[in-house]
This record gives sequence, C-alpha cells and structure tokens, in this order.
Amino acid sequence: MDFQSVIFYFFSTVLVLASLRVITARNPVHAALFLVLAFFSAGGIWMLLHAEFLAIALVMVYVGAVMVLFLFVVMMLDINLERIRQGFWSYLPVGALIGVLMVVEMIMVLGGRYFGLDAMPQPAEVEQGYSNTKELGRLLYTEYVYPFELASIVLLVAMVAAVALTLRKRKNVKIIDPAAQVAVKRDDRVRIVSMRAEKE
Amino acid sequence: MDAFIEPVATFFGSAWPLVWSLLKIIGIIAPLFLCVAYLTLAERKVIGYMQVRIGPNRVGPRGLLQPIADGVKLLLKEIIVPSGASKGLFIVGPVLALGPALAAWSVVPFSDGWVVGNVDAGLLFLLAVTSIEVYGVIIAGWASNSKYAFLGGVRAAAQMVSYEIAMGFALVCVLMISSSLNLSDIVASQGKGQGADLGLGFLSWNWLPLFPMFIVYLISGIAETNRAPFDVVEGESEIVAGHMVEYSGMAFALFFLGEYANMILVSALTSILFLGGWLSPVGFLPDGFVWLALKTSFILFLFLWFRATFPRFRYDHIMRLGWKVFIPLTLFWVVVVAVWIMSPLSLWK
Repeated sequence: MDFQSVIFYFFSTVLVLASLRVITARNPVHAALFLVLAFFSAGGIWMLLHAEFLAIALVMVYVGAVMVLFLFVVMMLDINLERIRQGFWSYLPVGALIGVLMVVEMIMVLGGRYFGLDAMPQPAEVEQGYSNTKELGRLLYTEYVYPFELASIVLLVAMVAAVALTLRKRKNVKIIDPAAQVAVKRDDRVRIVSMRAEKE
Repeated sequence: MDAFIEPVATFFGSAWPLVWSLLKIIGIIAPLFLCVAYLTLAERKVIGYMQVRIGPNRVGPRGLLQPIADGVKLLLKEIIVPSGASKGLFIVGPVLALGPALAAWSVVPFSDGWVVGNVDAGLLFLLAVTSIEVYGVIIAGWASNSKYAFLGGVRAAAQMVSYEIAMGFALVCVLMISSSLNLSDIVASQGKGQGADLGLGFLSWNWLPLFPMFIVYLISGIAETNRAPFDVVEGESEIVAGHMVEYSGMAFALFFLGEYANMILVSALTSILFLGGWLSPVGFLPDGFVWLALKTSFILFLFLWFRATFPRFRYDHIMRLGWKVFIPLTLFWVVVVAVWIMSPLSLWK
C-alpha cells in the first residue's frame, strides 16, 4: 500500500466515523463539531483527487464560515432532545425511503461495471504543473459564464429576501447611530462662554 | 551543504522525504516559539516605555530571561478542569487555537526558495487555515460552561467571521495584480516595475497602488487576532478574560502562544503581500531574509504601538467598521483594480 492510499484510508475512516457521530451524538454542539470534522476530512479526500480549489473552498466556506454561524446558533438554543425524539416514528417512513434511495445510488456507483460505467472513462492522470484553480476559473468564466451568473443572481435574490424577511423596524428603540457619534465636533458638545471675573 | 545531506539521506533511504520535511518543520517552529517568547517581553517593554515605566527588569540582565521564567511557571501550574465543563472539548479548545497558527507557516516563503510547501494555491490555503482559527476560541468558550467564557466565544465568532470577508477581498486585489496564488510568485511580481527599474524597489511594492487595501488588511489583521483596540473577545474589564477565564497553566499558555504566533503570522503576511517580502527596498542592497524579518518586526511594533495608544472599541463600532466601512470599500476597490488592470494606465503588464 503506497503512502497515498494510507492517507486516503485515514481520511475515509475519520469521515465515516465523524458522520456516524453527527447523527448519534446526544449533544447538538458535539454533533455540529463532528460535522465540521466530516467536512474537513472530505476536503482532505478531494485534495487527494487534485481538486485543491474545491477542497480549500469546502474548508473555507463550510468549516470557516457556515459551521461557525451554525455553532453560534446551536450553542444559544436550549434544545430539548426528548421533544425531538417524539416525532421519530412518524418521520421514519420518509427517512427510510431516502435511506433506501441512497443505498441504491451507492450500489450503482460501487457496482459501476454492471451499469455502464465504461461510458465514463477515468480521467487521465494530470501532468506536472496542472492547476485545478486555473482550469475551474477558465471554465466558469468562458463556457459556463451564463449559468454561473444566473446562479449568482439566484443566490443574491435569496440573500436579499432573507434580509427583507427578518428585518423589522421596532418603534421606540433607543438605538444610537455610530456614524453620527463619530462625526461629532467639539462645538456640538461644548460652549465656551466668556465671563467677566467676579469678586465676592 | 549537499555533501553533508547526501550520507544522511542514504541512511534514511525511502523515509528521507518525510524526515527532511520534519526537520524543516522543526526548523520553523523552534525559532517561532522563541520569537513568541521574546515578543511577549518586547510587548511589555515597549508598552512600558510608552507609559514612562521600565517594564520587567528583574529576571536576568535587563529582564531578558523574563519569558523563560514565565514559561517555566506556566508549565508547573496545575490545569484545573471545571466540574461542569465538557472535558474533551475543554482540552481540544487550546490545541485548536494554536494548531492553525502553526500550520499556516507551511506555505510562508522566508526568502527565495526558502519555503516548506511551495504550493500553487498558497494564498487559498492560508485563507482556509486562518478561517479555522476561530474554532479554538468558540470551543473553549462553550466547553468552559461559564457565562463570561461563552460571551467571549460568541463575540469571537461574530468578529472573526466579519473581518475575514474584508481580508479576503483585500487579498483578491493582491492576487489580481500579481495573477498568482503562489506566495513566492506574489513577492517576485513586486520586484518588477518602474520603481524597481530606477533602483527604488519599495515604490513598486503592492502597498503603493493598493494603499487602501494595505490599511484594510492591517486593521483587519489586528481585529482577526483579537488584539487591542479590537480585543472585546478578551475584554478584561467586562468579561474578565473571555474564553480563557477558566483556563490555567499550560492550557492557558497555549492560547497565549496561539495569539502571538498569529500576530507574527499576520505581520509576516502583510510584509509578504504588501511590503515586498524578502526584497530589498533599494537597488544597491542585496535581497534576503533579513528584510522580511525587519518588515515583520516593524508591523509587530505597530501592533504594540496601537495597543498602547487606542482605547478599546465598543462592540457595535467594531461591527460597523467591518461590515459598513471595510466590506463596501474593498468591494469598490476590487472593481477599481479590475478596471485599472485592463486600462492603458496599467502598471502590471
């Protein structure tokens, strides 16, 4: 077994175990942290496939930003596990259906030679100096520029909608405007009065 | 040099690349820890002189052994785990605070070719690694099972995520004009230009054409490392010491090491991305590691200077500066630089 396989099996083991712990951990904060570990190991496996841009973007976006905010919320919430468990039997059919679908998909991927995998040949081994980042950038901004821009517009609309839905103007708030505070001059606060000296 | 390495390489055989990488890692980490130790002394001395005090002067000549004494003291102290703490995470917290700060050094070039991993996506790697840093603080804050620590962790999460965006956009400007994500190439591209042709290399470094981004990166770097005046995460006067309040002994020392290693990292990166790295400022002096060391020390001095000068920002002011000032400014400057590169006035042909 060469060095790369050792790394692959290490990351895969960590990934599988961490993913298992995400759904079995009793504490939601622990579950979220195991999800972080799962993302990180997935990034490692992608790195082995020469997809360094995707691997780093996964760590940067999901581990560095999304999961931080996720943890932020999960830590604040007082989650009652007993109440969540109550719905277990009513949700089971839906969950089982999705589980079976995933198992079927896995069978099709792993037993690829029975399902016409030969139509999708393995990509050629990359040569020295190949840059995944450059290649992705070239494709995104030439061949797929319209779908890419469309996707970004959809995301922008979703973002604006999320802000518009949650932004409420409350009345009678004593909010302070830092911009106005920073712009204050001495004359706005202090008045110097010239007085004649008095004698008692 | 090669004559010495050759027999050792044959001795280790196929394991040699692993051993050689380990040696390089030790070669970076050991001096780094020494720098961290003496940076704490420098901080106390510099702030002392700025406040017309002497600073530590009891241990060793002129207080030079003070950091060693501090280290020994912290090593010998007991680590107390609070009874309500989440034990595993309580230990993982400080480790995660220090780990990324050390991992990031693997792509930092110290001089031409002096780098552990000369990766093409070096800048992306740095962005990813520095974005993991926040976990140490959040996990420590939550696992301590203390309200003060938790408030510190929540503040850290919000502050570091906010300033990362501005930092990222500032870096986008840098990589646009040097058209590379490799840190060595970014430094090399700063050695070319009209200033360098005249023998005044410092005029063609990135700080001049990207001056607003240089300032944004420097200030975001201070906010990212939770240093004064953005140190509400620690906030001694309101939440005692934030995420570190329940930690003692070596666990506390790990947070300290992480914070100072991060400071040195941000300073080194500012020097590499905006101040020409190991390039010499004038044509008649040779390039070399000493220039990077000098530039990094200067930025570190700025960190200490700011701490001694400015009062702590109020929390809403920090958020306003990050979201309403820096992010629009950097977004605007990305467009300006893009137009500038394509225009006939471009400096980077």
